[in-house]
Amino acid sequence: MAENSLAGGFAAPAVNSAVAFRGIMMAMAEPGRIMPVSGGIPPRPMDSAAGVLALTLCDPTTPVGLMPSMDQPAIREWLTFHTGAPIIAPGEAEFVFGRFDEMADFTVFRQGTSEYPDRSATLVAAVASLENSGAVLRGPGIKESRALNLPDVTPFQANAALYPLGVDVVMVAGGDLVAIPRSTRVEVE
Amino acid sequence: MDSLSNQNEERHPGQWSRQQWLGLLAQSGSDELLSHWQQLDLDPGHRVLREAEIGSVMVRGRIGGEGDAFNLGEMTVTRCSVALDDGTVGHGYIQGRSRKAAMVVALADALLQTDQKPKLAEGLLLPLHEIRQARELELQAKAAATKVDFFTLVRGED
Repeated sequence: MAENSLAGGFAAPAVNSAVAFRGIMMAMAEPGRIMPVSGGIPPRPMDSAAGVLALTLCDPTTPVGLMPSMDQPAIREWLTFHTGAPIIAPGEAEFVFGRFDEMADFTVFRQGTSEYPDRSATLVAAVASLENSGAVLRGPGIKESRALNLPDVTPFQANAALYPLGVDVVMVAGGDLVAIPRSTRVEVE
Repeated sequence: MDSLSNQNEERHPGQWSRQQWLGLLAQSGSDELLSHWQQLDLDPGHRVLREAEIGSVMVRGRIGGEGDAFNLGEMTVTRCSVALDDGTVGHGYIQGRSRKAAMVVALADALLQTDQKPKLAEGLLLPLHEIRQARELELQAKAAATKVDFFTLVRGED
Protein backbone atom coordinates (compact mmCIF):
# COMPACT_ATOMS: atom_id res chain seq x y z
CA MET A 1 0.00 0.00 0.00
CA ALA A 2 1.73 3.16 -1.18
CA GLU A 3 1.84 6.14 1.12
CA ASN A 4 0.54 8.64 -1.45
CA SER A 5 -2.70 6.72 -1.82
CA LEU A 6 -3.35 7.23 1.90
CA ALA A 7 -2.43 10.91 2.20
CA GLY A 8 -4.88 13.70 1.46
CA GLY A 9 -7.55 13.00 4.06
CA PHE A 10 -9.11 15.70 6.22
CA ALA A 11 -6.51 17.19 8.58
CA ALA A 12 -9.20 18.06 11.15
CA PRO A 13 -12.03 15.64 10.30
CA ALA A 14 -14.72 17.18 12.50
CA VAL A 15 -14.22 20.76 11.28
CA ASN A 16 -13.39 19.95 7.66
CA SER A 17 -16.36 17.66 7.19
CA ALA A 18 -18.77 20.12 8.83
CA VAL A 19 -17.61 22.92 6.51
CA ALA A 20 -17.71 20.64 3.46
CA PHE A 21 -21.16 19.34 4.42
CA ARG A 22 -22.42 22.91 4.58
CA GLY A 23 -21.02 23.57 1.08
CA ILE A 24 -22.59 20.43 -0.39
CA MET A 25 -25.91 21.17 1.34
CA MET A 26 -25.96 24.72 -0.07
CA ALA A 27 -25.18 23.37 -3.53
CA MET A 28 -28.12 20.94 -3.28
CA ALA A 29 -30.41 23.64 -1.89
CA GLU A 30 -29.59 26.04 -4.73
CA PRO A 31 -29.17 23.96 -7.89
CA GLY A 32 -26.77 25.54 -10.34
CA ARG A 33 -24.90 27.52 -7.69
CA ILE A 34 -21.19 26.80 -7.91
CA MET A 35 -19.76 26.06 -4.46
CA PRO A 36 -16.06 25.71 -3.65
CA VAL A 37 -15.14 22.94 -1.18
CA SER A 38 -11.72 22.08 0.19
CA GLY A 39 -9.79 20.00 2.69
CA GLY A 40 -9.21 16.72 0.90
CA ILE A 41 -6.82 15.72 -1.89
CA PRO A 42 -7.70 12.39 -3.55
CA PRO A 43 -5.33 10.61 -5.95
CA ARG A 44 -5.49 11.63 -9.63
CA PRO A 45 -7.63 11.72 -11.69
CA MET A 46 -10.32 12.33 -9.07
CA ASP A 47 -11.14 16.02 -8.62
CA SER A 48 -10.57 17.40 -5.16
CA ALA A 49 -14.25 18.39 -4.88
CA ALA A 50 -15.24 14.77 -5.57
CA GLY A 51 -12.75 13.62 -2.92
CA VAL A 52 -14.12 16.09 -0.36
CA LEU A 53 -17.65 14.87 -1.09
CA ALA A 54 -16.55 11.27 -0.57
CA LEU A 55 -14.80 12.11 2.72
CA THR A 56 -17.90 13.95 3.92
CA LEU A 57 -20.79 11.75 2.79
CA CYS A 58 -19.40 8.22 2.35
CA ASP A 59 -18.97 5.69 5.13
CA PRO A 60 -19.27 1.91 5.58
CA THR A 61 -23.06 2.11 5.03
CA THR A 62 -22.88 3.81 1.61
CA PRO A 63 -21.71 1.54 -1.21
CA VAL A 64 -19.63 3.44 -3.75
CA GLY A 65 -19.33 2.74 -7.47
CA LEU A 66 -16.38 3.75 -9.63
CA MET A 67 -16.69 4.28 -13.39
CA PRO A 68 -13.72 2.99 -15.46
CA SER A 69 -11.82 6.32 -15.41
CA MET A 70 -11.88 6.33 -11.57
CA ASP A 71 -11.52 2.59 -11.02
CA GLN A 72 -7.83 2.63 -10.13
CA PRO A 73 -6.01 0.94 -7.24
CA ALA A 74 -4.88 4.26 -5.73
CA ILE A 75 -8.44 5.62 -5.64
CA ARG A 76 -9.85 2.35 -4.29
CA GLU A 77 -7.25 2.29 -1.50
CA TRP A 78 -7.80 5.95 -0.71
CA LEU A 79 -11.59 5.58 -0.45
CA THR A 80 -11.30 2.41 1.59
CA PHE A 81 -8.77 3.87 4.01
CA HIS A 82 -10.51 7.21 4.56
CA THR A 83 -14.22 6.34 4.27
CA GLY A 84 -14.48 2.56 4.76
CA ALA A 85 -17.15 2.55 2.03
CA PRO A 86 -17.55 -0.77 0.20
CA ILE A 87 -16.82 -0.50 -3.53
CA ILE A 88 -19.40 -2.27 -5.68
CA ALA A 89 -20.81 -2.19 -9.22
CA PRO A 90 -21.91 1.35 -10.23
CA GLY A 91 -25.42 0.11 -11.06
CA GLU A 92 -25.97 -0.87 -7.40
CA ALA A 93 -24.08 1.92 -5.66
CA GLU A 94 -25.42 4.89 -3.71
CA PHE A 95 -22.60 7.18 -4.80
CA VAL A 96 -21.04 6.82 -8.24
CA PHE A 97 -17.83 8.62 -9.20
CA GLY A 98 -16.78 9.10 -12.81
CA ARG A 99 -16.45 11.50 -15.73
CA PHE A 100 -19.65 12.97 -17.10
CA ASP A 101 -19.20 11.41 -20.55
CA GLU A 102 -19.06 7.94 -18.95
CA MET A 103 -22.32 8.49 -17.08
CA ALA A 104 -24.47 10.19 -19.75
CA ASP A 105 -27.12 7.47 -19.48
CA PHE A 106 -28.51 8.10 -15.99
CA THR A 107 -31.01 5.23 -16.20
CA VAL A 108 -28.39 2.52 -15.58
CA PHE A 109 -27.99 3.75 -11.99
CA ARG A 110 -30.31 3.23 -9.06
CA GLN A 111 -33.48 5.25 -9.59
CA GLY A 112 -35.21 4.57 -6.26
CA THR A 113 -38.61 2.90 -5.93
CA SER A 114 -42.10 4.38 -5.65
CA GLU A 115 -42.14 3.50 -1.95
CA TYR A 116 -38.59 4.71 -1.34
CA PRO A 117 -37.54 7.31 -3.94
CA ASP A 118 -34.54 8.12 -1.74
CA ARG A 119 -32.98 4.74 -2.47
CA SER A 120 -31.42 6.20 -5.58
CA ALA A 121 -27.89 6.97 -6.67
CA THR A 122 -26.06 10.26 -6.37
CA LEU A 123 -23.79 10.71 -9.36
CA VAL A 124 -20.55 12.64 -8.91
CA ALA A 125 -19.61 13.56 -12.46
CA ALA A 126 -16.37 15.28 -13.39
CA VAL A 127 -16.51 17.95 -16.10
CA ALA A 128 -13.78 20.17 -17.53
CA SER A 129 -15.12 23.42 -16.13
CA LEU A 130 -18.14 24.95 -14.41
CA GLU A 131 -19.53 28.39 -15.20
CA ASN A 132 -22.92 30.06 -14.98
CA SER A 133 -23.72 30.31 -18.68
CA GLY A 134 -25.52 28.08 -21.15
CA ALA A 135 -28.45 25.80 -20.29
CA VAL A 136 -31.25 27.29 -18.19
CA LEU A 137 -32.19 25.69 -14.87
CA ARG A 138 -35.54 26.23 -13.14
CA GLY A 139 -37.21 24.62 -10.16
CA PRO A 140 -37.08 24.48 -6.36
CA GLY A 141 -34.17 26.49 -4.95
CA ILE A 142 -33.91 28.78 -8.00
CA LYS A 143 -35.71 32.14 -7.84
CA GLU A 144 -36.17 32.80 -11.55
CA SER A 145 -33.66 30.81 -13.50
CA ARG A 146 -29.95 30.05 -13.35
CA ALA A 147 -27.58 29.27 -16.19
CA LEU A 148 -25.01 26.47 -16.17
CA ASN A 149 -22.69 25.11 -18.85
CA LEU A 150 -24.09 21.56 -18.96
CA PRO A 151 -22.30 19.24 -21.39
CA ASP A 152 -25.66 17.76 -22.44
CA VAL A 153 -29.23 18.61 -21.40
CA THR A 154 -31.01 15.44 -22.63
CA PRO A 155 -30.16 13.12 -19.69
CA PHE A 156 -31.16 15.83 -17.20
CA GLN A 157 -34.53 16.34 -18.93
CA ALA A 158 -35.19 12.58 -18.97
CA ASN A 159 -34.14 12.38 -15.30
CA ALA A 160 -36.45 15.23 -14.23
CA ALA A 161 -39.36 13.54 -16.06
CA LEU A 162 -38.99 10.51 -13.76
CA TYR A 163 -39.64 12.61 -10.64
CA PRO A 164 -40.00 11.56 -7.81
CA LEU A 165 -37.70 8.79 -9.04
CA GLY A 166 -34.39 9.45 -10.73
CA VAL A 167 -30.86 10.30 -9.66
CA ASP A 168 -29.28 13.41 -8.16
CA VAL A 169 -26.22 14.71 -9.92
CA VAL A 170 -23.26 16.60 -8.49
CA MET A 171 -20.89 17.92 -11.12
CA VAL A 172 -17.32 18.64 -10.07
CA ALA A 173 -14.43 20.52 -11.65
CA GLY A 174 -11.28 20.95 -9.57
CA GLY A 175 -12.33 22.27 -6.16
CA ASP A 176 -15.81 23.41 -7.27
CA LEU A 177 -19.04 21.49 -7.26
CA VAL A 178 -22.58 22.16 -8.42
CA ALA A 179 -25.69 20.08 -7.82
CA ILE A 180 -28.53 19.25 -10.23
CA PRO A 181 -31.07 17.32 -8.16
CA ARG A 182 -33.91 15.50 -9.91
CA SER A 183 -36.32 18.32 -9.06
CA THR A 184 -34.50 20.76 -11.37
CA ARG A 185 -35.95 21.33 -14.86
CA VAL A 186 -33.38 21.95 -17.55
CA GLU A 187 -34.03 23.83 -20.80
CA VAL A 188 -31.80 24.64 -23.72
CA GLU A 189 -30.73 28.27 -23.72
CA MET B 1 2.70 -23.24 31.21
CA ASP B 2 4.26 -25.10 28.31
CA SER B 3 2.43 -23.01 25.80
CA LEU B 4 3.74 -19.82 27.36
CA SER B 5 7.37 -20.90 27.33
CA ASN B 6 6.95 -21.98 23.72
CA GLN B 7 5.65 -18.54 22.87
CA ASN B 8 8.68 -17.07 24.57
CA GLU B 9 11.05 -19.07 22.40
CA GLU B 10 9.25 -17.90 19.30
CA ARG B 11 9.72 -14.28 20.19
CA HIS B 12 13.40 -13.60 20.14
CA PRO B 13 14.26 -10.15 18.84
CA GLY B 14 14.06 -9.99 15.08
CA GLN B 15 11.60 -12.83 14.79
CA TRP B 16 8.44 -10.87 15.39
CA SER B 17 5.81 -10.92 12.70
CA ARG B 18 3.78 -7.78 12.10
CA GLN B 19 0.65 -9.51 13.35
CA GLN B 20 2.42 -10.47 16.59
CA TRP B 21 3.83 -7.03 17.33
CA LEU B 22 0.58 -5.21 16.52
CA GLY B 23 -1.31 -7.66 18.73
CA LEU B 24 1.09 -7.13 21.62
CA LEU B 25 1.14 -3.33 21.28
CA ALA B 26 -2.66 -3.18 20.98
CA GLN B 27 -3.11 -5.02 24.25
CA SER B 28 -0.37 -3.35 26.27
CA GLY B 29 -1.30 -0.76 28.86
CA SER B 30 -0.77 2.77 27.57
CA ASP B 31 1.32 3.82 30.60
CA GLU B 32 3.77 0.94 30.14
CA LEU B 33 3.81 1.53 26.40
CA LEU B 34 4.54 5.24 26.72
CA SER B 35 7.25 4.84 29.36
CA HIS B 36 9.17 2.25 27.33
CA TRP B 37 8.74 4.34 24.18
CA GLN B 38 10.19 7.38 25.94
CA GLN B 39 13.18 5.38 27.11
CA LEU B 40 13.99 4.56 23.48
CA ASP B 41 14.26 8.30 22.86
CA LEU B 42 13.23 8.11 19.22
CA ASP B 43 11.75 11.04 17.35
CA PRO B 44 11.28 9.86 13.77
CA GLY B 45 10.19 12.42 11.19
CA HIS B 46 6.68 11.59 10.06
CA ARG B 47 3.42 12.86 8.65
CA VAL B 48 0.03 11.97 10.08
CA LEU B 49 -2.19 10.20 7.55
CA ARG B 50 -5.13 9.84 9.89
CA GLU B 51 -5.35 11.78 13.13
CA ALA B 52 -5.84 9.65 16.22
CA GLU B 53 -9.56 9.03 16.64
CA ILE B 54 -11.58 7.24 19.27
CA GLY B 55 -14.34 4.83 18.35
CA SER B 56 -15.89 1.59 19.45
CA VAL B 57 -15.87 -1.86 17.94
CA MET B 58 -18.22 -4.76 18.60
CA VAL B 59 -16.34 -7.71 20.01
CA ARG B 60 -17.82 -10.98 18.81
CA GLY B 61 -17.08 -14.43 20.11
CA ARG B 62 -18.02 -18.08 19.96
CA ILE B 63 -18.35 -20.24 23.04
CA GLY B 64 -15.59 -22.84 22.94
CA GLY B 65 -14.58 -21.64 19.51
CA GLU B 66 -17.59 -23.14 17.80
CA GLY B 67 -21.25 -22.40 17.29
CA ASP B 68 -22.73 -19.13 16.09
CA ALA B 69 -20.85 -15.91 16.79
CA PHE B 70 -22.57 -13.67 19.30
CA ASN B 71 -21.99 -10.04 20.24
CA LEU B 72 -19.95 -10.02 23.43
CA GLY B 73 -20.01 -6.27 23.87
CA GLU B 74 -18.53 -3.05 22.63
CA MET B 75 -15.04 -1.92 23.49
CA THR B 76 -13.36 1.43 23.03
CA VAL B 77 -10.60 1.52 20.46
CA THR B 78 -8.32 4.34 19.36
CA ARG B 79 -6.59 4.29 16.00
CA CYS B 80 -4.04 6.38 14.17
CA SER B 81 -2.00 6.13 10.96
CA VAL B 82 1.31 7.77 10.13
CA ALA B 83 3.85 7.76 7.33
CA LEU B 84 7.56 8.09 8.05
CA ASP B 85 9.62 10.47 5.92
CA ASP B 86 10.82 7.50 3.84
CA GLY B 87 7.19 6.60 3.05
CA THR B 88 6.78 3.63 5.39
CA VAL B 89 3.19 3.53 6.64
CA GLY B 90 2.35 2.49 10.18
CA HIS B 91 -1.07 1.82 11.70
CA GLY B 92 -1.84 1.87 15.40
CA TYR B 93 -4.91 0.39 17.03
CA ILE B 94 -5.09 0.21 20.82
CA GLN B 95 -7.57 -0.60 23.54
CA GLY B 96 -8.83 2.43 25.39
CA ARG B 97 -8.85 6.11 24.58
CA SER B 98 -5.24 7.28 24.67
CA ARG B 99 -4.58 9.21 21.45
CA LYS B 100 -0.91 9.46 22.40
CA ALA B 101 -0.55 5.70 22.77
CA ALA B 102 -2.26 5.11 19.39
CA MET B 103 0.22 7.48 17.79
CA VAL B 104 3.15 5.69 19.47
CA VAL B 105 1.90 2.32 18.23
CA ALA B 106 1.56 3.70 14.69
CA LEU B 107 5.13 5.06 14.83
CA ALA B 108 6.45 1.84 16.32
CA ASP B 109 4.65 -0.19 13.64
CA ALA B 110 6.26 1.93 10.92
CA LEU B 111 9.74 1.74 12.52
CA LEU B 112 9.45 -2.01 13.00
CA GLN B 113 9.20 -2.31 9.22
CA THR B 114 12.52 -0.51 8.82
CA ASP B 115 16.10 -1.33 9.85
CA GLN B 116 15.26 0.00 13.34
CA LYS B 117 13.46 -3.27 14.04
CA PRO B 118 16.10 -4.86 16.33
CA LYS B 119 16.26 -1.75 18.51
CA LEU B 120 12.48 -1.64 18.93
CA ALA B 121 12.17 -5.37 19.44
CA GLU B 122 14.76 -5.17 22.23
CA GLY B 123 13.60 -1.95 23.89
CA LEU B 124 9.85 -2.06 23.39
CA LEU B 125 8.44 -5.43 22.38
CA LEU B 126 10.48 -7.57 24.75
CA PRO B 127 9.71 -5.66 27.97
CA LEU B 128 6.03 -5.37 27.02
CA HIS B 129 5.93 -9.07 26.26
CA GLU B 130 7.45 -9.84 29.65
CA ILE B 131 4.89 -7.65 31.39
CA ARG B 132 2.09 -9.37 29.54
CA GLN B 133 3.49 -12.79 30.33
CA ALA B 134 3.75 -11.96 34.04
CA ARG B 135 0.16 -10.74 33.99
CA GLU B 136 -1.02 -13.95 32.34
CA LEU B 137 0.89 -16.12 34.82
CA GLU B 138 -0.59 -14.21 37.73
CA LEU B 139 -4.07 -14.68 36.30
CA GLN B 140 -3.45 -18.37 35.79
CA ALA B 141 -2.14 -18.74 39.34
CA LYS B 142 -5.23 -17.03 40.71
CA ALA B 143 -7.49 -19.21 38.61
CA ALA B 144 -5.58 -22.36 39.60
CA ALA B 145 -5.99 -21.53 43.31
CA THR B 146 -9.76 -21.61 42.92
CA LYS B 147 -9.80 -24.90 41.05
CA VAL B 148 -12.32 -27.38 42.39
CA ASP B 149 -12.08 -31.10 41.71
CA PHE B 150 -15.36 -32.92 41.47
CA PHE B 151 -15.35 -36.59 42.35
CA THR B 152 -18.32 -38.75 41.65
CA LEU B 153 -18.03 -42.25 43.00
CA VAL B 154 -21.34 -43.54 41.74
CA ARG B 155 -22.88 -41.78 38.78
CA GLY B 156 -26.06 -43.76 38.96
CA GLU B 157 -26.98 -43.99 35.31
CA ASP B 158 -24.83 -47.01 34.39
